[in-house]
Amino acid sequence: MIINTPQVASSASVSRLMLHVGYALAPGTLAYVWLFGISVLIQILLACITAVVTESLVLLLRKRPVFKTLADGSALLTAVLLALAIPSIAPWWIIVLGTAFAILFGKQIYGGIGYNPFNPAMLGYVMLLISFPLEMTRWPAAISLLEQVPTFQTSFDVIFNAGLGIDTISGATPLDTIKTQLRAGMDIPATLISPKFGELFGSLSGVGWEIVNLGFLLGGLYLLITRRIAWQIPLAMLGAITVLSSAFYLIDSSQYATPLIHLFGGASMLGAFFIATDPVSAATTPRGRIYYGIGIGIICFVIRTWGNYPEGLAFAVLLMNMAAPTIDHYTRPRVFGQGN
Amino acid sequence: MNPSNRKVFNFHGGLHLDDHKSVSTSRPIEDAPIPSLLVLPLEQHIGNAAKACVKVGDKVLKNQCIAKADGNVSTQIHASSSGTVVAIEPRSIPHPSDLNVISIVIETDGRDTTIEPKHTNVEHYKSLSRHDIQRRIQEAGIVGLGGAGFPSHIKLNAAEHPVETLILNAAECEPYISCDDMLMREHADKIVNGMRIMQHALNAKHCMIGIEDNKVEAFAALQKVISNSDDIELIRVPTRYPAGGERQLIYSLTGKQAPSKGRPLDIGIVCHNVGTAAAVDDAITRGIPLTSRIVTLTGSGIPQPRNMQVRIGTQIQFLLDHCHSPKEDIGNILIGGPMMGFKLNSTQAPVTKICNCILAIHQRDVIKPTTPMPCIRCGECTDVCPVNLLPQQLYWHAHAQEFDTIQDYNLFDCIECGCCDVVCPSRIPLVQYFRFAKTTIWQQERDKEKSDKARQRHELRLERLEREKREKRERHNRKKAALKKKPDQADDPKKAAILAAMKRVKEKKSATDTNPANTDNLTPEQQAKVDEADARRKDHKKDTTS
Repeated sequence: MIINTPQVASSASVSRLMLHVGYALAPGTLAYVWLFGISVLIQILLACITAVVTESLVLLLRKRPVFKTLADGSALLTAVLLALAIPSIAPWWIIVLGTAFAILFGKQIYGGIGYNPFNPAMLGYVMLLISFPLEMTRWPAAISLLEQVPTFQTSFDVIFNAGLGIDTISGATPLDTIKTQLRAGMDIPATLISPKFGELFGSLSGVGWEIVNLGFLLGGLYLLITRRIAWQIPLAMLGAITVLSSAFYLIDSSQYATPLIHLFGGASMLGAFFIATDPVSAATTPRGRIYYGIGIGIICFVIRTWGNYPEGLAFAVLLMNMAAPTIDHYTRPRVFGQGN
Repeated sequence: MNPSNRKVFNFHGGLHLDDHKSVSTSRPIEDAPIPSLLVLPLEQHIGNAAKACVKVGDKVLKNQCIAKADGNVSTQIHASSSGTVVAIEPRSIPHPSDLNVISIVIETDGRDTTIEPKHTNVEHYKSLSRHDIQRRIQEAGIVGLGGAGFPSHIKLNAAEHPVETLILNAAECEPYISCDDMLMREHADKIVNGMRIMQHALNAKHCMIGIEDNKVEAFAALQKVISNSDDIELIRVPTRYPAGGERQLIYSLTGKQAPSKGRPLDIGIVCHNVGTAAAVDDAITRGIPLTSRIVTLTGSGIPQPRNMQVRIGTQIQFLLDHCHSPKEDIGNILIGGPMMGFKLNSTQAPVTKICNCILAIHQRDVIKPTTPMPCIRCGECTDVCPVNLLPQQLYWHAHAQEFDTIQDYNLFDCIECGCCDVVCPSRIPLVQYFRFAKTTIWQQERDKEKSDKARQRHELRLERLEREKREKRERHNRKKAALKKKPDQADDPKKAAILAAMKRVKEKKSATDTNPANTDNLTPEQQAKVDEADARRKDHKKDTTS
């Protein structure tokens, strides 16, 4: 067969795409490290090592080229996303287990990159959340709220030494605080000004978390402007969260959090620009991506507001992953020249 | 008309590519010398191959018809210089699958003696009927010079459908190619006159010329010629590949979409290339058939890229030599542009009517196909597809060889522009997959047709055998019946005689064979005695039984 491909230079490649997604993660990650401690970096490192080892082993077993496949960067990206998604003070085996699961059962078992129906990082996250609820719900507190800045030794001990000293650096997250206080009968405005919990909240959302979210927003905008991710998914998802949270906030501001808390708290920005946009498991038609993003936004808001978990992004993404093929089927674009 | 205020519609997708056109537009069009050998394939157009009307040894003159059109969807071939026919045999032609096609080979005499034009002293085109124009265009062997090679006279036959607009395609959107650009710069008058002739033939209300906005000089040249015509619109379209795709250009200019399974004519539009218009002008105004065309010789493998007026049939190697292209450094030669052009396998192949560009790429610049990665469904291909297809879905189904589903995804609307190939981060040769799927489906359809025919033939044969058997049986039965009836009819005197004799014998025999019983021929006394005995026997019987 004669191969006739365009003789036009093109710089497009999967590893380049992944590399730029990695760059775009930098501002949010750096803010995370700066505001919550070095443990984030330890988790990322652990995740990357686990991902490379797991993927290499699978590729050797499957008799596929190891280096070339690793070079696409997708395993590393999955690892970094999972490391950013779990609590940074979780014990080492959490991230190792989660990453190995994500690579093995999230991706390679389906045939590797391009064939996975679910977002591997979110699959790993949900497995961990369901299996190890205690470890997965103990979050670090922002350094500014702690009595003393955690040393590297403290972070190291927390991760590798059976959670030694974890009480000195952990704290409730803003979304979690709102949820537990509502259950305890304290409405949101009261929580926000209470002496005990008020210090958790900044001008947008949770102290620390709002900056991390702004960092991920910055990186996400870079990906949007350079057209490395489709605009439909993040816009639709954040739009859905904004509309829903605004509507409920206007209805009853004592029971429902402000749109800002929703947008800049939890995993909103990381999810909108880096997780929901994973092309392999998302809807692919332009119109389908809008529905897909809206779906994630709605489910995310519903779980946060009425569900048992303070954050619902991972479930939202997985549920919409399942819906993606159907969405694609019903949102095929009208082909040029086939009626109006 | 004021061209700058004209609204242009934007088609979906497309790519901004480096056009590389200026390298070949700095010199005027150069006349290529007469080669010693001309190879004129009988198939240079879509439709039936032309039929050779010269034989080996014949002397031919320039512009002399050497092959006649075979049917309506076909066109004529003319000698592009004077000389002697030395062979009529299969020769390599520029074609993606390296076909050999019957070609008339002429050894030129270098004198370029021209035959007298058939229509000398050509009247004004308006005095010609539409039919005459069409016929003369077919006789001049004109085909679409933009690359499709569809016989032009057919696209000027709009009898069944009224034509609103005639569009001239001056977009020339593929990188490197500049033959239309140079033609417009140097022969804008011919183009416009050719367009007038086509407009007359089609009875079109108005005309549009669509030109990409990177061709500033060509635009100015055309504008000068049409400055005082108000039924011709000269419209600049943004430079975005594939702005020159027929349907894309029609949409850009009119906002109308030609139906996907139909033709532009269905929406009252006919679209021709500017080169075709110039050829029409030559044919009608000057009686000159299509024997040469402008070819862009460009690429990093050609020291001084340029456009040349080349005789059809000139071998490509001859042109490369003329341009001092270093043979050993050439990595790849494409016919057409870098996007849709195909690799040339033999430089002995000639320039044909549809050969607009020879792109010689230095071996250091050849882009080698890389091993493709799995599709990550990023959707870049969907974003650039000018037809609004879902290339990744098409790829998925082509890869799985699901040829029914792939047609549901409108495979046959793909124009093979190659935009999706360029943006694919996984470097999947998408268009290659689509061509593969198309040819496989065509092959399957042909096979099905063939097997349908075979089955039909087989069924007919069985039916015929059955019928013959039945007829044989019927004949046999009739004969048998006839044989049965014959004795009664006794029409054969010999047989009748035999039968009569047999009958007589039988009668005689029956007469002699009957022995008289002793109770026959009795005398009255004897009879009386018999009766008496009978009566006695009766009485005796009565006594014994009672």
